[in-house]
Amino acid sequence: MAREMMYADAIAAAITEEMQRDPNVIFYGQNMGMTERDPMLKKFGKDRVRITPISETAETGIAIGAAMTGLRPIVELWMSEFMLVAFDQIINEAPRLRYMSGGQVKVPVVFKAGFGFAAGWAGQHSNCIYHTMMGIPGLKVALPSTPADAKGLMAAAIRDDNPVVYLHHYMLTLDKGEVPDGEYVIPFGVADIKRSGSDITLVATAWMVKKSLAAAERLAKEGISVEVIDPRTVAPLDVQTIVNSVKKTGHLVLVDQAPRHSSAAVIIAGEIAEQGFKHLKAPVRMITAMDTPVPFSEPLENFVLPDEHKIIQAVRSVLTGQPVSSALTA
Amino acid sequence: MPKKECVGNECLIWMFTQMVRIREFEEAVKRAFIEHPGVIRGHTHLGDGAEASIVGALSTRNSTDVVMPSYRCHGYPIVLGTPMRNIMAEVFGRKDGLCKGFGGSMHLADPARYFPGTSGIIGQSIAHATGAALSAQVKKTGQIVYCFFGDGASKQGAFFESVNMAAVWKLPIVYVLENNQYQAYTHVGLEDANCIAGDPLSKKAEAFSIPGVTVDGTDPVKVSEAVGKAAERARAGEGPSLVESKFYRLSAHGNVITVPPLPTQFPEHEAIAVYGNKAEFQEWQKKDPIVQFRSRLVREVGLAEDDVKGIEQVARAEVADAVQFALASPYPDPQQAGNYVYA
Repeated sequence: MAREMMYADAIAAAITEEMQRDPNVIFYGQNMGMTERDPMLKKFGKDRVRITPISETAETGIAIGAAMTGLRPIVELWMSEFMLVAFDQIINEAPRLRYMSGGQVKVPVVFKAGFGFAAGWAGQHSNCIYHTMMGIPGLKVALPSTPADAKGLMAAAIRDDNPVVYLHHYMLTLDKGEVPDGEYVIPFGVADIKRSGSDITLVATAWMVKKSLAAAERLAKEGISVEVIDPRTVAPLDVQTIVNSVKKTGHLVLVDQAPRHSSAAVIIAGEIAEQGFKHLKAPVRMITAMDTPVPFSEPLENFVLPDEHKIIQAVRSVLTGQPVSSALTA
Repeated sequence: MPKKECVGNECLIWMFTQMVRIREFEEAVKRAFIEHPGVIRGHTHLGDGAEASIVGALSTRNSTDVVMPSYRCHGYPIVLGTPMRNIMAEVFGRKDGLCKGFGGSMHLADPARYFPGTSGIIGQSIAHATGAALSAQVKKTGQIVYCFFGDGASKQGAFFESVNMAAVWKLPIVYVLENNQYQAYTHVGLEDANCIAGDPLSKKAEAFSIPGVTVDGTDPVKVSEAVGKAAERARAGEGPSLVESKFYRLSAHGNVITVPPLPTQFPEHEAIAVYGNKAEFQEWQKKDPIVQFRSRLVREVGLAEDDVKGIEQVARAEVADAVQFALASPYPDPQQAGNYVYA
């Protein structure tokens, strides 16, 4: 059985269910559990649901220390950029401590944050910073694109014995979708084929999956059969599913909301250059954000981000070998 | 073996024994740079001068309390009972090292002895220790956490953020600020607002409305009293305290940072090498905690000179054995490098 659920509610459901299942799971962050009326506080009490000051280094570092000593903390960081304040803890502490101890400790912690807010949040609250984190051995990174994935990946993140950066996309918050009832855990490192096709492979994450599916729908009317793959976790990254798809389609477009050189796309392109080159009938195309900070005003913002139109143009260009008409989609 | 009830002469002798074990270990590490050049790689930091502070603090510990220091971390597991052989083998990067050669001098970990691990990034482990105190509170284990960090770390954001949260949540933790007067190469008088104003560094506690005291860190008994009081407060659920333990690092910050194949060893202390202040260094050498405590045991407690020498000889033999063990231990199999990335 499944029921329709909002993306944000699916995340909350996973956290609630995991906290019910395991008393070692705690949940804290800024501006949460502020009053006795808070539903999570009511359900789990103020030992396990806590409000914190604006102290990202301590919030993340305390979670790491708590994880090393038996708890499974979920830190609500709200916006992925706030992690930058605490990047030492996320990049150079959490994923290193197990290794440096020769495997003696584990650090089961979830750093939860939204990202990619494309609604006038300007240069410092709209970014996609997963590229750096997916290149850190010891760290895992989940990027759910649907309510079902949001729930299943959060449950997996909480149960994982490693530090996980769980990034949910702001623009998907209100999206509704079918979510399986009861325990639902999606294993990390398993890509999902969101739409099957035979002419070209689109690989996209989070909000870009939705845009790629919309583009695929329109391209189908032109007789172009598009396969859309969502890696769901970019660390670990399921390269094999992408290689298998490219084997079938011979064409690959990588769609990513991040700027070109800090995208997951650029890493996937490298893997396919090594593992899938012989299957490609045309060069790989990357549709990413322009290499600018995200601007504030709506037409400026739209201009720099990937969209359905840019994806469609890229697909046509890759299949026909004709250059894209707009020089700005590079 | 820390003691729950460290009282009387037996406790003083235990303290002295642990202090001597730490000193002998650190001196052997320092000598290894000369006697076995190239055996120790990277950056190694010694705790000579900190012995009274470390042992005095840990003399108040219950057997399951958690200990989390900085990267200057050799002394603590020695007191907790981690075999010296495995510590030395880790410093030497060997297979039998405490962390199988994956961590080195800066990253000792022995979670089975309530020593979960250390960070090499200054101040960041203060947050980890605070998290261990959160675990103790949530899981109601009755443990408290001993968090050790240097004067340099007390200017990190991690310090201010963590102590604030520990005070808000009344976490069971004692913050021991080991003021050894130099953060790496910079004297505390050049970078600490309290120090420059003529105040003790423990004044920082006032910012969080928690108790803050400064204690003579060359005297294990005084450290034990101050930390013991803070530990009692933590055990009673009243929250954190800050104890500034003031002593002097007797070696340089670390071995000289060189690029291979240039050899490295310990340089002169910064007081001399950087500031040309030999008088300061000599003044503090007179307050060497081991020398002071040794003569006190003989003078006040009536410990026989032979007994003291016996303690020193046993420690020396233990350290010599650890060095031989570490030298004989093989290097880790390179194929192991892919292990432990993920649990």
